[in-house]
Amino acid sequence: MRFLLVEDNHELAEGVVQRLGLDGHAVDHAATLGDAEDCLAVADYDLILLDVMLPDGDGRDFLSRHRDRIETPVIVLTARSQISDRVGALDQGADDYITKPFDFSELEARCRAVLRRRGGTAKNEITLGQAVFDPTAGTLRHGEEVLDLRNREIRLLEVFARNPGQILSKGQLLDRLFSMDADVTENAIEVYVGRLRKKLDGVGVRIETVRGLGYRMDT
Amino acid sequence: MCFADLARGVRDVIAQSLLGMLIASLLAAVAVAQGFEIEDRRSYPGAGDEMLRVLSTADLDVFEPFLLRFQEANPEVGIDYVTVSSAELNRAIRGGAAFDLALSSAMDLQFSLANDGYAQSYESAVTDALPDWARWNDQLFAFTAEPAVIVINEARFEGLPLPRTRADLVTLLRDHPERFAGGLGTYDLRESGLGYLFATQEARSSDAYWRLTEVMGRLDARLYCCSSRMIDDVASGELALAYNVLGSYAEGRLGADAGLAILPLEDFANVMLRTALIPATAERVEDAGRMLDALLREGMGDGPEPVLPPLQARGEAAASAFGPIRLGPALMVYLDRLNRESFLEAWDAAMEQ
Amino acid sequence: MSGGPEERWSIARRLTLFLAAMVAILALVSWGMVTSFAREAAGRTQDNILAASATSIAETLRSESGEVRLELPYSAFSMLGALSEDRVFYRVAVGDEVLTGHADLEGPDVVPGEVVFATLPYRGAVVRAVSLQRTILSDGAAVPVTVTLAQTREGVQAIAAGLSRQAAVLSVLVFVLAVGIAAFAVRASLRPLNTMAQHLATRGPSDLRPLRRQGPPELMPLVKALNRLMERLGGSLRRSEDFIAEAAHRVRTPLAVVRTQAEIALHSVEEEGQKQTLRRVIRAVDESSRSASQLLDHAMVSFRADDLTRERLDLPALAGNVAEALRPTAQMKDIDIALDLDPATALGDEILIQNALRNVLDNAIKYSPAETKVTLSVRNGGGEARVTVVDEGPGFGTASAGELTERFRRGARAEGVVGSGLGLTIAEEALRAHGGRLDLSGDEDGRGACVSLILPAV
Repeated sequence: MRFLLVEDNHELAEGVVQRLGLDGHAVDHAATLGDAEDCLAVADYDLILLDVMLPDGDGRDFLSRHRDRIETPVIVLTARSQISDRVGALDQGADDYITKPFDFSELEARCRAVLRRRGGTAKNEITLGQAVFDPTAGTLRHGEEVLDLRNREIRLLEVFARNPGQILSKGQLLDRLFSMDADVTENAIEVYVGRLRKKLDGVGVRIETVRGLGYRMDT
Repeated sequence: MCFADLARGVRDVIAQSLLGMLIASLLAAVAVAQGFEIEDRRSYPGAGDEMLRVLSTADLDVFEPFLLRFQEANPEVGIDYVTVSSAELNRAIRGGAAFDLALSSAMDLQFSLANDGYAQSYESAVTDALPDWARWNDQLFAFTAEPAVIVINEARFEGLPLPRTRADLVTLLRDHPERFAGGLGTYDLRESGLGYLFATQEARSSDAYWRLTEVMGRLDARLYCCSSRMIDDVASGELALAYNVLGSYAEGRLGADAGLAILPLEDFANVMLRTALIPATAERVEDAGRMLDALLREGMGDGPEPVLPPLQARGEAAASAFGPIRLGPALMVYLDRLNRESFLEAWDAAMEQ
Repeated sequence: MSGGPEERWSIARRLTLFLAAMVAILALVSWGMVTSFAREAAGRTQDNILAASATSIAETLRSESGEVRLELPYSAFSMLGALSEDRVFYRVAVGDEVLTGHADLEGPDVVPGEVVFATLPYRGAVVRAVSLQRTILSDGAAVPVTVTLAQTREGVQAIAAGLSRQAAVLSVLVFVLAVGIAAFAVRASLRPLNTMAQHLATRGPSDLRPLRRQGPPELMPLVKALNRLMERLGGSLRRSEDFIAEAAHRVRTPLAVVRTQAEIALHSVEEEGQKQTLRRVIRAVDESSRSASQLLDHAMVSFRADDLTRERLDLPALAGNVAEALRPTAQMKDIDIALDLDPATALGDEILIQNALRNVLDNAIKYSPAETKVTLSVRNGGGEARVTVVDEGPGFGTASAGELTERFRRGARAEGVVGSGLGLTIAEEALRAHGGRLDLSGDEDGRGACVSLILPAV
């Protein structure tokens, strides 16, 4: 997916770009609203991540000014958590908002939710053997059969799909899947991997256990 | 009844009459010393020692019922009732005679007494109830209203039309001198204060008075001191007509003497107010006030048969054009020495043609 | 320290008293004037009548064969009697010789051609006397005749006193009326001030709009000053809000940087010990962030609860919106938010109720195990609207509802879950401000928590 990140804090922006890159997303960074307008003029984005407090204005004002022109979904990044702010952001045309600091799993979940609500403008399909995996819609299409995956299964499959042939440890998977919920143990990974294996049965891709190291998906 | 009781009764009567005589003679001495002439006097001893001294121009025969009624209601008050002429009453009060109540028919003299400071003020619920015209300055109170009337002997007028006004009367008298010569009576103005009052008021009201006086003078009118004698003479037929007689006296005699009649005149009638005042020298003011209240109550027609015509009977007359003679300083005008002299001169001239 | 009486008395009272004192003085003065006028007028009337009477007496004087004669005119005396029941005295003297009347009456010294008045004592009373002289030709010689006429003054005084009494009654009436009118006028004049005070008193604490009422010009400086004050206050409040927002921004942005970097690092390090450290860092960041959120929410609730707006709330719609907003978070744990919405309406502040429900639902999601169900239902009945959140989590354990909603306290189930424990407190406060309450209970089978937001229904 292609993101436009409008954020004046360079360190944070850099981190977000890097982090989303790890998930295979392309992110353009604009430090000001002026930059953002330039970017929007030359490129199409699947989603805009818009900070509220910017050196050349308020993100929400920008949003209300350009809402009729910009069809791209917008998720507002806010440092404030005041109720009025949240409501204000939604009223002024944001699709959703997320409070800084944010959990990338949550950001991703919200992005997916927004895109799904907007009718999935971004086609982001991955071919897995004979099946097509759409992480945004959360579906695995195999011939006539369309399998609905649960959220954590989608996340897990996406991690495997973006890292084919790589051995992924349980710890790595845990960090990617479950955010920082402390109640999830590495045993849960085994459960989810078990479920995925069942759903991938007959597709032509397998998740292998590499004893002592982790898992690997082969196509 | 035993002898002792009878003896005691006789003794009491003697003692009482002795005492009464003593007081009477003492009073007479005082009266003489103060220079006024008593006509009649009667004492009504009460339960107490004190006597309420009343100086009055009203005859005892007329007034006694009232006195008895008053004493019945106030048994402790003894009454010493002295009858005098109005001029004597005036002289006595001015002379400082000690009386507690002065009742007079001469309202002009009564007024001048009050005006000159010989009366004291008195106020009660009863005096407050009096109509304004019957009261002056809380000192002079009218308790009767009595008109001056003409009394005739009907027999002497037989065959003649009865006059309805003074002018009619003058014409009638002038036209029948033979019938009325020596048969007319009226007050001697020099003798009678009341006569003088009626005459002056009438002279003021109507010029018919002088014409009438002239006619009466021409017909040798007889002059009297008082109403009762005039009425007597009309009743006996000696007089055909008595002019300006006190109505109250006349009415009292109508039933008793046949042939006596009051000639009603339509032009006007003088109404005299009999007035009472409490002299400045009065000592028993409280009792005097009580008697005054009783008098006024009767005068206002409140209570038993009044001895004299009540005010109220004249209340209607008061509403007519000729009300009672007004209580006021104007009453002093004809009392003035010069005025009196000139009026009497005129009267004499009219009478003695 | 309380001020002196002048400071404690209301303006209305002071004005009314002041006006009353003024009216009283005016009433007294006018009464005094009327009294003196009445006395003078009555006196003058008496003088005029006396003069007229004396003159008419003097006019009847004539000489008859060497003797001075007169005839007292009836009208002269009846005139005197018409005015009052006063006693009348007169004396006519030729030279020193008394011709008629009250011989002992000594009038004022006469001046030829003039009518002379005097007030003097006579026979124990005070009389008003008038003297005038007329010269009569008698036997060819000019004889001066003095006419003196006197009248007591009781009647005159009674008339004057009566007028004075009437004036006094009138003055008192005028006084009472004027004080009444003054009180009314004062109240009416002060009404704009009271209205303004009432208007201000009924305003909410955060309502800092300028006063737009048009009042009397005298009040405009006050209105302007108030408006300036409110503008400054509003500005300072806005600055405070901006400051809080700015502070939140300043705190959260670095936290976000730390979290992002930590998460990136988590992906790149291999060693389990380092991973653990990074996870702890991330969790600490999350905890501070959540605390900051809830502290701000709590401040917001307290603030808004003081000045509650009461609009008609469509509770099923509101619950649906909140559920939608949190659905992505729930989905991360594959938690299903089931909606069971009956129509219900309540009056209240939408933002506060939304926030309360959001906190409760957020809690439920936080404490529910993965792949469970959270049920959000709206019910209406018994005069109450009930929004209930039921989860399949560990429940509240043995803690009482009071303890649970107590600020900063967390339920027994909270171990290991990021959260400051303010969520229920915020919800409870928001509901109480609406006359509602928060109802906490365990699920029937002992597992799961059931939290109900109860509001008076309309």
